[in-house]
Amino acid sequence: MQNMLTIISSALCRITGKNVLLIDLSDCSLVQLEPADPNPIPGLSSPTNPAAAVTRRAALTLCGARVVVSRSFADFTPQATFDIKKCDLHRLEEGPSQKAELTREQGLQYYRTMQTVRRMELKADQLYKQKIIRGFCHLYDGQEACAAGIEAAINPSDHLITAYRAHGYTYTRGVPVKEILAELTGRKGGVAKGKGGSMHMYAPHFYGGNGIVGAQVPLGAGIALACQYQGNNQICVTLYGDGAANQGQLFESFNMAALWKLPCIFICENNKYGMGTSVERASASTDYYKRGDFIPGMRVDGMDVLCVREATKFAADHCRSGKGPIIMELQTYRYHGHSMSDPGVSYRTREEIQEVRSKSDPISVLKERMLSNNMASAEEFKEIDIEIRKEVEDAAQFATSDPEPPLEELCNHIFYNSPPLEVRGTHPWSKLKSTS
Amino acid sequence: MTHSDPYINRSADWSKPTDLGGGSAFSPAEDRLKMAASLKCFLRSGKNAVSALRRREFHRSAPAAVQMTVRDALNQAMDEELERDERVFLMGEEVAQYDGAYKVSRGLWKKYGDKRIIDTPITEMGFAGIAVGAAMAGLRPICEFMTFNFSMQAIDQVINSAAKTYYMSAGLQPVPIVFRGPNGASAGVAAQHSQCFAAWYAHCPGLKVVSPWNSEDAKGLLKSAIRDDNPVVFLENELMYGVPFEMSEESQSKDFTVPIGKAKVERQGNHVTVVSHSRYVSHCLDAAAVLAKEGIECEVVNLRTIRPMDVESIETSVMKTNHLVTVEGGWPQFGVGAEICARIMEGPAFNYLDSPVTRVTGVDIPMPYAKILEDHSLPQIKDIIFSIKKTLNV
Repeated sequence: MQNMLTIISSALCRITGKNVLLIDLSDCSLVQLEPADPNPIPGLSSPTNPAAAVTRRAALTLCGARVVVSRSFADFTPQATFDIKKCDLHRLEEGPSQKAELTREQGLQYYRTMQTVRRMELKADQLYKQKIIRGFCHLYDGQEACAAGIEAAINPSDHLITAYRAHGYTYTRGVPVKEILAELTGRKGGVAKGKGGSMHMYAPHFYGGNGIVGAQVPLGAGIALACQYQGNNQICVTLYGDGAANQGQLFESFNMAALWKLPCIFICENNKYGMGTSVERASASTDYYKRGDFIPGMRVDGMDVLCVREATKFAADHCRSGKGPIIMELQTYRYHGHSMSDPGVSYRTREEIQEVRSKSDPISVLKERMLSNNMASAEEFKEIDIEIRKEVEDAAQFATSDPEPPLEELCNHIFYNSPPLEVRGTHPWSKLKSTS
Repeated sequence: MTHSDPYINRSADWSKPTDLGGGSAFSPAEDRLKMAASLKCFLRSGKNAVSALRRREFHRSAPAAVQMTVRDALNQAMDEELERDERVFLMGEEVAQYDGAYKVSRGLWKKYGDKRIIDTPITEMGFAGIAVGAAMAGLRPICEFMTFNFSMQAIDQVINSAAKTYYMSAGLQPVPIVFRGPNGASAGVAAQHSQCFAAWYAHCPGLKVVSPWNSEDAKGLLKSAIRDDNPVVFLENELMYGVPFEMSEESQSKDFTVPIGKAKVERQGNHVTVVSHSRYVSHCLDAAAVLAKEGIECEVVNLRTIRPMDVESIETSVMKTNHLVTVEGGWPQFGVGAEICARIMEGPAFNYLDSPVTRVTGVDIPMPYAKILEDHSLPQIKDIIFSIKKTLNV
C-alpha cells in the first residue's frame, strides 16, 4: 500500500507539478469526539460543513494513519548507478569506470551548477546585446558538463587554468555570479575590479582566463611543476580548445610534462570549431586525445557530466600516483558562436545546433536521468530554476548599477610589494600615482 | 690603458685614485692566487694581459676587499638566494649538468640537485611558460635564456603571461620571476646572436629591467631581482663575465643587495654627464680617463636599472654639468638613449642643457661577422671621446 501510494503520488506530482498529499485512511479508526467541544471551531462542526467535521475528526485520529507526502525525501531514490559511454583510450590498458554512481544531492548540485552557468551566460549575451558588456565575450553555454564534471572530480585545493572561454570555470572555481557579471560590465565590484574583463578573471587556485591561444598550457604545466616541487599531492587541470591543440607550445609542454612526470591533466575541450574553422580543416589529426603521443589519453563524452566526472577522477588518480601527465579530450559543443561578434551560423548549420540542443544538452540529459529514476521531482528542478533565475537577475542588477572603478585605480597594481611609483600619463604634466 | 685590461684596479668607487704607493709585501698564498688569476686573464684576453702582469706588483688591495669576476658574482648571488629560500630554483638550457653554457651556474647542480637546478629541452616558449606558471603557483623561479636572442621565442610568456598579470588581476595574482641571461653583442657571433633587448623589454609596464655593469652590480642586483615579487628581466653581458672587479667588504655579505631603480655615479665630474649601462660603462670610464688628461672631467652615471629608470639621478647630474651624452650598445631608434633624451626634455634639467643631448649607440644595422666590421658596428672609446668633445663644442 505504501509503495502504491508512493508511485501514485509521484505520478500525480509530475502531472500536476504540485505537491500531492495523500493520506492513507485505510487503517484509520473513527473515534467519537469528546462531547460538548468547549471551543467549537467556527464552521467546523456545523452541519453545513460535514467534510470539515470529518477532517477534524480525522486529524484527531491521524496518529493511527499513515500519511504519504510526495515531497518526502525518503520517497526519492537516494542513489543510482548509471551506465556511461565508454572512453576511447590511447596508451591506456584500462580507462575510467563505465558505471557512474550518482546521489540525489550530487545530481541536484550538478544541475544547479550547470543551470547557473547556463543562465549566467545567457544573461551575458543579453547584456552584450544591450551594449552593457563590450569587447570580447566568449560564451560557454552548451559546454557546462565539462566545467561541472571536472570540478566534481577534483578538490578545491587542486589547480585549474583555462583559455578565454572561462566564465563557467570562474564560477565553478568559486567566484560568485555577481562578481563575474560585474567584471564583464567593467565595474569595481568585479572579481578583477573591472581591470581584467572577460578573459582575465582569477580566484585562489584558478589562474584565469588567458587571452593568448595556447599560452595557458605551459603555464598549467608550470603550476603542476610547483605542485610536484612542493610535494602537496595537488594536481593541475590545464584546459585548451581544439584550435589551440595545434599550437607548438603545447607539444613543448607535453614533452616536459612527460619527461618530468608533472601531475598535469591536459584537457582538450573539442567543440568542433576553432573560431570559424572546423576541426577537419585545422588539424591533420583530429584525434586530440592521441596528440600527446607518448602521453596516455582518453576521449570522453563531454556532454554527459557523469562521463566527465568519472574520466577526470581517473585522470586525477593517474596524476596523483606519480605516473605523470594524461590527456583528456572532451567532445562537447558550444551553442553560441566563437564570441559575441560571431553569429555562429556561417560555418555550421542551424540544424546542427538544434540537433545537439535537443538530443545532447548536458542539463537536459542530467535532468531526464534523475526524473526517470525518481531521484527528484520536476517541481524541485523548477524551484531550482527559479532560484537561479533570481540569483542571476540580482547579479545582473548589481553588474549594471555598480559604479565603474575610480580613476585613482588606473595605475595601481603594476607591481606587487613595491613602494609607490610615478606613472607617466598621456602627457608630461600628467603624473599619476601607482601603488601596489 | 684599454678597457679590456682586466687588472686595472676597478674599485667600486671610481673616484678614489689607484694606490700606487709601495707597501707591505703580499702573503705567498695571496700571491699565488693573484698569479693564477692573472694567468687566467692572460689566457682569455691575450696580449692585453701582458700589461696586467707588469702592473701587478703595484696592485694593492685592502685586506677586506676581494677580486671577483662578474660570473662568480652572479654564481654567488644565485647560490646565496637558493640557500636562503627553498622556493627559489633555476631552470634553463644546460644550467645543471653542463654547469651553465657560460659557466655562470657552475657547481649549483652539484650542490642543490635536480629538483632546484633543472635542465630544460631547447623549448624556450614552453619552459618560459612553465617558469611563469610555477611563479604563479608560489615558487620563485630563475628562468635562464642562453642568450636573450632566444627569449624572442618566449616573449609572449614574458610580456603577456608575466608582466601584465598582476595588473589584469587587479592585484590577485603576482608573478615573482627572474628572466636572466646574456644580452647584446658578444664577439663574432653575428646578427642573430647579437641583439640588445633593453629597449624592447623596458617598453613594457609590469616588468622591471635591470642591466648590471660590474661584479657588485651583478651580485647585488641579481639578489634584489630574485627577492623582488615581480617579473624582472636581468640583462647580463657575455663579454663581462670574465672581468674581475673589486668587491667591497659590504658586498661580500649574504644580505648584500643593490636596490632596483637607482643609478650610480661611478665617477664624479663637472663638465659633462655620460650615462650608460652594462659593458659600455667601462668604455665611458676609459674615455673619461683619457679626457681627464685634457682637463675635461666627465661624470659617468651607471644606470644599473633600465626600467624603472632613475631619471632623477641623471637630471641632478645634468643640472650640474649642463651637458649629456648617452652611451649604449643597442640600436639608436626607439632605444634607451632616445628615452633618456625624451625624459630630460620633459623635466627640469632641459633648461640646464647648454647643447642638445648626444646619443652614442650601436650602428643601425644587423651585426656583421668580420672582425673589422663588427668593431665598427659598436661604440668604441674614440667614438665616445669624439661625441663628448662635440657636445662640449671643443
